[in-house]
Amino acid sequence: MKIHEKIIETILFICAAIATLSVLLITVFIFKEGLPVLKSYGVFNFIFGKTWSPTNEQFGALPMIMGSISVTLGALVIGVPMGIACAIFLAEIAPKSVVKIFKPAVELLAGIPSVVYGFFGLAVVVPIIRTNILPIIQKFNPDANTSGYSILGGAIILAVMILPTIVNISENAIKAVPFEYKQGSLALGASHFETITKVIIPAAKSGIITSIVLGMGRAVGETMAVILITGNMPKVPGSVLDSVATLTGTIAMEMGYAGPMHQRALFATGIILFVFIMMLNIIASTTLKRVGRG
Amino acid sequence: MHVVGKLSVKKPIFNRPKKKTNIKEKIAYICIYAVALITMLALISIIGYVLLNGIQHINLEFFTQEPRSMGRKGGIFSIIVGTIYLTIVSIAIATPIGIGAAIYLTEYAKENKLIKIIRFGTETLAGIPSIIFGLFGFVFFVIFLGFRWSILSGGLTLAIMILPTLIRTTEESIKTVPNSLREGSLALGATKWQTIVKVVLPSSIPGILTGLILGIGRAIGETAAIMLTAGSSLGIPESIMDPTRTMSVHVYLLASEGLSKEKTFATASVLIIFVLIINLSANMVANKYIKKLI
Repeated sequence: MKIHEKIIETILFICAAIATLSVLLITVFIFKEGLPVLKSYGVFNFIFGKTWSPTNEQFGALPMIMGSISVTLGALVIGVPMGIACAIFLAEIAPKSVVKIFKPAVELLAGIPSVVYGFFGLAVVVPIIRTNILPIIQKFNPDANTSGYSILGGAIILAVMILPTIVNISENAIKAVPFEYKQGSLALGASHFETITKVIIPAAKSGIITSIVLGMGRAVGETMAVILITGNMPKVPGSVLDSVATLTGTIAMEMGYAGPMHQRALFATGIILFVFIMMLNIIASTTLKRVGRG
Repeated sequence: MHVVGKLSVKKPIFNRPKKKTNIKEKIAYICIYAVALITMLALISIIGYVLLNGIQHINLEFFTQEPRSMGRKGGIFSIIVGTIYLTIVSIAIATPIGIGAAIYLTEYAKENKLIKIIRFGTETLAGIPSIIFGLFGFVFFVIFLGFRWSILSGGLTLAIMILPTLIRTTEESIKTVPNSLREGSLALGATKWQTIVKVVLPSSIPGILTGLILGIGRAIGETAAIMLTAGSSLGIPESIMDPTRTMSVHVYLLASEGLSKEKTFATASVLIIFVLIINLSANMVANKYIKKLI
C-alpha cells in the first residue's frame, strides 16, 4: 500500500516538474541553435550591426531591436496612463453595477486573439494614419510621409492589447491597500481625489510597476498584431511614422523560407528576445515579492 | 474650524463641504471617466467592426465547404476541423499533466528549494512569448524528434503553452477545498490518494473546468507558435502526423497576403464568436462556483 502511494507521489512530482523542464529545454534548444551565429558573427556585430540582409549573410539585428523598443515604448506611453486610469476607475470610482460590466469587458479584451487585433489594425488603424493623421502632421512638418504601416499604428494596437494586464494587476494592487490608509487620509480632511493620488497610488506603487513591466513583456513578445501593422522594414526608424520590423515579426515572417544560416540567425534573434523577456520577468517577480512583504 | 461645529449635525464625517471640490479634481475625474469610456469603445469597435463586416459573408456553405484557390473562395471546413483537432490534442496532453502538477504543488509539496524552483519555472513558462514557443517547437518537435509539421508537433507545443494556466486555476480551486473535508476522509481510513481522488478533486472540478476553457481559448487564438509547428496546409488532416491550418493562422495568411477581404472578415468573425462563447462559459462556470462557495 505504501509503495503504491509513493509511486503516485513520484508521478505527480514529474507532472509538476514538466513545466520547469520545458523552460530548461526551451532555453537549451534556442541557445544551441542561435549561439553559433552569435559567436561566429560576433555578439557586438550582431546586436549593433545596422544591416539585416540575410541573402548577403549580413545579420545586424539593431534595426529589429530598435523596432521592438520603439513600438513597445509607444505602446507604454499610450497604454500605461490609460491602464492606470482604468484601474483607479474600477477600484475607487465606478459604482458596482458599472464594475460588473467593465471587468468582463477588460477580460474579453484579453481574450481576443492577437491576429484579430492585427487584422483590425491593418483594416482600420493603418488607413486612418495614412489618410487622416498624416495631413495633420504634414501641416507642421511638410516632409513627413507614411504608408500608414508604422510604429504609431503598432503602438496604438499594442496599447489596447496590454491594457488588460496593466488594469488587472494595478487594480488588485490598489484594492490591496489597507482601508485604514484611506480612512486616515479622509479623516485628515483630504478629498477622495487627494486620497487617491497621495495615499492610495503611492501605497500601491510596486504593484503598479509590476503591471507595467509585465505589460512591457507582453508588448515586446507580441507577434501577430505587430507583423500585420508595422510594415516589417528592417531599418533603424527615424520617426513614429516610419515602418519598422520587430524581433518577433522578423522571426515569424522569415522562418518559413529561411536557409540554414539564415535560420540560425533567426534563432540568435530569438536569444536576444528571450534574454530580454527573462530580464523583464525577473524584475516583475522581484517587485511583486517586495509587495508581498510590504 | 467650522467643521468642528458641524460634527454634531447628522452628516457622514467623511463628507466635505461641497464648495471645496476644485476644478482640477473635476477635470481629473472627467479624464478618468473618458479613459474608461474609450476602453469600452475600443472593445466594442474591434468586435463590432469585425462582426459587422464578417457576418454577412457567413452562411452554411462557409462552414461546410473546403477552401478553394488558397482561401479566396469556398469555406473553412477543413480549417475548423484542423482547429478542433489541434485543440483536442493539446488539451488531452496538457490536462492530466496540469492537474497532476497542481495536485502535487498543493497536496504534497513541502516548501523547500526544489519546490521554489518549480514554482519559479512555471511562472517563467507563463511569461515566454509565443514566437519563442514556436522556435522551440520547430527545432525540438518538428526537427529534433522528427514529428515534421504536424498536429502532434503543434499540439505538444500548445500543451506546454497552456500548462501554466491550467496549473494555476486548478491549484486555486484545490486550495479552496476546506481542510475539514480532507481530515474527515482521512479519519475514515482513506489513504491520501483516495482522499484526493474522491474528495478533493470532485470539489475542485469547476476550477479545473475554468482552466480548461481558458486553455481552449488560448489554443484557438494562438497563431505564431502554430504556424511554425503545425504548418499551414489547407487539406483535411487525416492523422495526427498531418500538417494543418487553424482559423487564426488562416486569418493571418489571408490578411497578410491580401487574398480576400470578405473571407478574412468572415473567418475572423467565426474566431471572435468562438472566443465570446468561450469567455461566456468560463464566466458562467466561475460564477456558479463562487455562488456555491457562499
